Amino acid sequence: MHLSRDTMRHVHGWLLLTPAAVLLVSFTHYPTIATVINSFFSKGNSVRPSRFIGIDNYQAMTQDPIFWKVLVNNMWFAVGTIPTSIALAIIMALLVNRAMPGRSFVRMAYFTPTILPMIAVANIWLFFYSPDIGLIDQITSWFGISGHNWLGDPDTVLSAIIVMTVWKEAGFFMIFYLAALQHIPPELGEAAKLEGASRWYYFRRVLFPLLMPTSLFVLINAVLNSFKLVDHLFVLTKGGPDNASNLLLYYIFENAFSYFDTNYAATLTVVLLGLLAIMALAQFFVLDRRIHYR
Amino acid sequence: MSGIQIHNLVKQWDEVRAVDDVSFEVPQGSLTVLLGPSGCGKSTILRMIAGLEDASDGEILIDGNDVTREDPSRRGVSMVFQSYALFPHLSVRENILFGLKVRRVPVAEQEKRLLEAAELVGLAHLLDRKPANLSGGQRQRVALSRTIVSNQPVCLMDEPLSNLDAKLRAEMRDEICALQRKLSLTMVYVTHDQIEAMSMADQVVLLKGGQVEQVGTPTDLYEAPQTTFAASFLGMPPMNVIPLDQISGGEALQGGLPQARPDWLLGIRPEQIRIAENGIPVEVTAADYMGAETVLRLQHGKQVVMARVHGRPPADVGDKLRIAWAADDIHLFDENGARRGGPDTAVSQPAL
Repeated sequence: MHLSRDTMRHVHGWLLLTPAAVLLVSFTHYPTIATVINSFFSKGNSVRPSRFIGIDNYQAMTQDPIFWKVLVNNMWFAVGTIPTSIALAIIMALLVNRAMPGRSFVRMAYFTPTILPMIAVANIWLFFYSPDIGLIDQITSWFGISGHNWLGDPDTVLSAIIVMTVWKEAGFFMIFYLAALQHIPPELGEAAKLEGASRWYYFRRVLFPLLMPTSLFVLINAVLNSFKLVDHLFVLTKGGPDNASNLLLYYIFENAFSYFDTNYAATLTVVLLGLLAIMALAQFFVLDRRIHYR
Repeated sequence: MSGIQIHNLVKQWDEVRAVDDVSFEVPQGSLTVLLGPSGCGKSTILRMIAGLEDASDGEILIDGNDVTREDPSRRGVSMVFQSYALFPHLSVRENILFGLKVRRVPVAEQEKRLLEAAELVGLAHLLDRKPANLSGGQRQRVALSRTIVSNQPVCLMDEPLSNLDAKLRAEMRDEICALQRKLSLTMVYVTHDQIEAMSMADQVVLLKGGQVEQVGTPTDLYEAPQTTFAASFLGMPPMNVIPLDQISGGEALQGGLPQARPDWLLGIRPEQIRIAENGIPVEVTAADYMGAETVLRLQHGKQVVMARVHGRPPADVGDKLRIAWAADDIHLFDENGARRGGPDTAVSQPAL
C-alpha cells in the first residue's frame, strides 16, 4: 500500500499528538464526563444497585445545610486569603527586588513555605495553634492573656486556617512578581524619578499596571487554590468543629471516601467544576481586556 | 554664571574609578557632546549630572547652583534615554504628560504644551497610540516631546540615536540640533559616534578611561588633536600616527619641525597624503572604492599608512607607489603621545 504524502503528514501529526492526548483524555476529559454522568445516579450497594435518578442528587444538595455551610466557608476563605496573599506577595517582591545585603537569603526565606511538604507545614502550624502549650499561646501568656483553643473554637478556626494559607501562598506568588519586576526596564523608574514621581505614584501609575498580566495569572491560581485546599484540613481540623472549617473539596473528599457516597460526591464535584469554570472565564474575559501585554 | 559646570567629578565603583577627576563647562544654550569609546565614563557623567548616580567626589553646578546632592527632579534637567524609557502601557499623550501630571501643572497648561510639542515633532496624529505601535523614529520623537513639555533649561541625552537606522539617524540629528537651537536648550549629549559629535556639537569633551582627553570645538579636535588618542579617534579613517623611526625622519618631516626627536610620533591625516614622483616608497595592500573617494591601505616596511584620494583607485593592489605630504600638515607627538607641534597649535577656546 502506498499512502500519499499528504496522508502521511496527517498520520505524523496525529502520532505526535497521541501521548499528550492520551494523558488528557484519561486523566481530564474522561473523569470529567464520568463525574457528570455519576451525578445523575443514586448511591448503589449490594442490595440496591445504582440507578438513574435524574436531578435528585442536585435537589438533595440544595437541601443539604452542610453544603451551604461549606460553600459560605469557602467564600470567606477565598476573600480572606486571595487579596492578602497577593498584596503581601507584591510587597515582598518589591522589597527583595532592590539591591540589599543578604538579598538571596531573604528571597529564599520568603519562598521556603512553598517548598515544604504540605503535611509538614500543617503539623508545624498545629503546634503553633495548640492551646496553652502552642507557640501563639505561649507568647500571648507573657502579656497575661490566657490560652485559647484556636482550632477548637468555631469562631477562630477558619481565620487560623486563612492565616496559615496566606503564609504559604504569598512566598509562592512573590516569585512570579519578582520575575515580572525584573523584566521592567530600570529606565522607567529613572524617567519617573527625574520628573519627581514619588515611589507610590510610580508604583500606582507604572509598576502596578505593568504587573497586571502577572496579577491575572496569580489571581487565577489563588482562586483555584482556595477551592483546592484539602491537605491542611486533613491534618489540622478535619473540617471541624461542627464543619466550621470545612471547605468544598474536603466535603467532597469526606462524601467519597468516608461516607462512600461517590454519587453525591460527583454531584458536588460538578458544582465545584462549574464554579471554577465560571470564575476562570470571568477573569479572562473581564480582566484581560483591561490588561496591557507587552 | 549659567549653564553647567563640572568640577573635579569622580565616580568610584569599589576598585574601579569610572570617572576620574573630570572638569568641564557647558555654556548656556550650547550643545556639548561627551564623546569616547564604550567604558570611558561618558554615560556615568551624564547620569551624575541627572542625579541618577551619586558623585563620589567633586561638584556639579547648574545655573550657578551646586546641585551635586540635589534631588534629580529639582535640578532643572530633562533626559532622553537610549531606550527612550517610554511607559509601554500608556498612550503617547499620557507618556508626554506623565511628568506634568506628577508636577501638578494645571490641565489647560498641560494640554497647551502637549499640542505645541506634538506639533513641533510631528506627532499630533499619533497621540492615542501605544508605544508598541510606533516606529523607532516615532518613539524617539515621543521621548523628545517629554523633554519639550517639561520646559527644563537643561536637556541630557544618552546615546539617543543608537537604536535607529542610518538614514533616520541623520534625519534625527538635524532635528535634535534644530530643536536645541529653537528652544535654546543647554544640552549634554552622550555618544560614541564621531559623526554625531562632529556634526552636532558646539563643544566636544573627548573622554578616555574616565579622564578628559581634550575639550574643544569639533574643528579644534580634528585640526589640532592634543594627544595621539584624540588623533586616532576622530576621522574615517583616523589620522595616521607613525613612529618617526619607522620612516626615515628627514623624508617624513619634509624638512620642517626641527624640534622632532627620533622617538616621537608623526601624525598625518589620510586626506593630506598625495601620490608623488619622489617620496616614501609604499606598496598598495587594499583599495576601498567608495564612489567619490578611495581609501588606500599602504604598507611601508612594517608600518601601515591609510590614504584617501579623490575618485577611482589610482593603483591596484600590489602596485608600488611613492607618497608625500606637506610639512604644514604634519602633527607631531612626543613619546607620551602629547602634541608637540603641527598646524594651528594655538587651540581656540570655545566661547563662554
